Amino acid sequence: MSAPVRLVLLSHSAAAAAGVAELAAQVAGGAQRVRAVGGTADGGLGTSADALEEACRAALDEGADVAVLVDLGSAVLTAKAWLAELEDEELARVRLVDAPFLEGAVAAAVTASTGAALAEVVAQAEVARGLRKL
Amino acid sequence: MSAVAREALDAAAAREWLRGFAAAVAERSGELTDLDRPVGDSDHGVNLRRGTEAVLAALDADGAGGAGGADGTPGQVLGAAGRTLVSTVGGASGPLFGTALRRAGKALGEVPAADAAQVAAALRAALEGVVRLGEARVGDATMVDALDPAVAAFERAAQEGAPLPRAARAAAGAAAEGAASTVPLVARKGRASYLGPRSRGHLDPGARSVELLLTALADALGADALDARAGEGA
Repeated sequence: MSAPVRLVLLSHSAAAAAGVAELAAQVAGGAQRVRAVGGTADGGLGTSADALEEACRAALDEGADVAVLVDLGSAVLTAKAWLAELEDEELARVRLVDAPFLEGAVAAAVTASTGAALAEVVAQAEVARGLRKL
Repeated sequence: MSAVAREALDAAAAREWLRGFAAAVAERSGELTDLDRPVGDSDHGVNLRRGTEAVLAALDADGAGGAGGADGTPGQVLGAAGRTLVSTVGGASGPLFGTALRRAGKALGEVPAADAAQVAAALRAALEGVVRLGEARVGDATMVDALDPAVAAFERAAQEGAPLPRAARAAAGAAAEGAASTVPLVARKGRASYLGPRSRGHLDPGARSVELLLTALADALGADALDARAGEGA
């Protein structure tokens, strides 16, 4: 059986991360799968590598794999810079997802709720990149 | 600013470099933010200053043996500062400048005092780390436009046998030219890229900060002391 997958949602805004996490958890029926990380340590807009580390570490420590979804430019850089410091064993258990923040989070949460492995969760979230709305 | 020209980048010189960079960022944070206003989200100066102030606090807090202490290697000092920048900045400049310092620190390894060739290799590693992370190339109107020619100028000076401070001054000069070269460019990375052709006519704030970083290196290594001595014909 594959490891369970946790989602970490990294946004510049604590409110945006929390809102998307709430939506994704509701759609997928389970808040335990989604962690919201948003804003800087002093409560401003921005991304915190320490907060990202803490959220991912918590998931890894409970034996889960981690899909990280990010909002805008510097969130990508924060996540990539953090990933670059991981050892290979952990690096294999964390994936940065190239998907729209909200749609990707919902797709990933739903897929994760079926017990799918990390690769499948990431693939389904990345499908959301090409979905048209109209 | 070092009153004497240094022959090597040791831990003390690395700390002086970081202190000088922090002072420059503090002094220019308004200017950096003004540069960021038309092309970014007006936070470059504020963000970078938050990071460099945290670096200063860490240097002050660490006792001997830590990165701020009398012991340690320049690689440790730069690596610790890089981690602090990644953790504290909040914007894109944290991961980018933090990665630059971390890669430079890693490249220096355990060497207690780096010579010009070793510093050149560290700066090359910093550039490669930034390019890999940000996926920007020369001409995209980013910090790479300053860092790339600066590293090349440092390497050229080092290969020609220039003393370390002079190689750093050459790098700082090339960084300044590189930063100025971003003015007519159309930004292709970051938030400025959303502006398309309207991003022309602005100096990239990240490139300007690279210029400050390398100027601080030249100052910490005592480039002016070396030039003054040369001026006296000594």
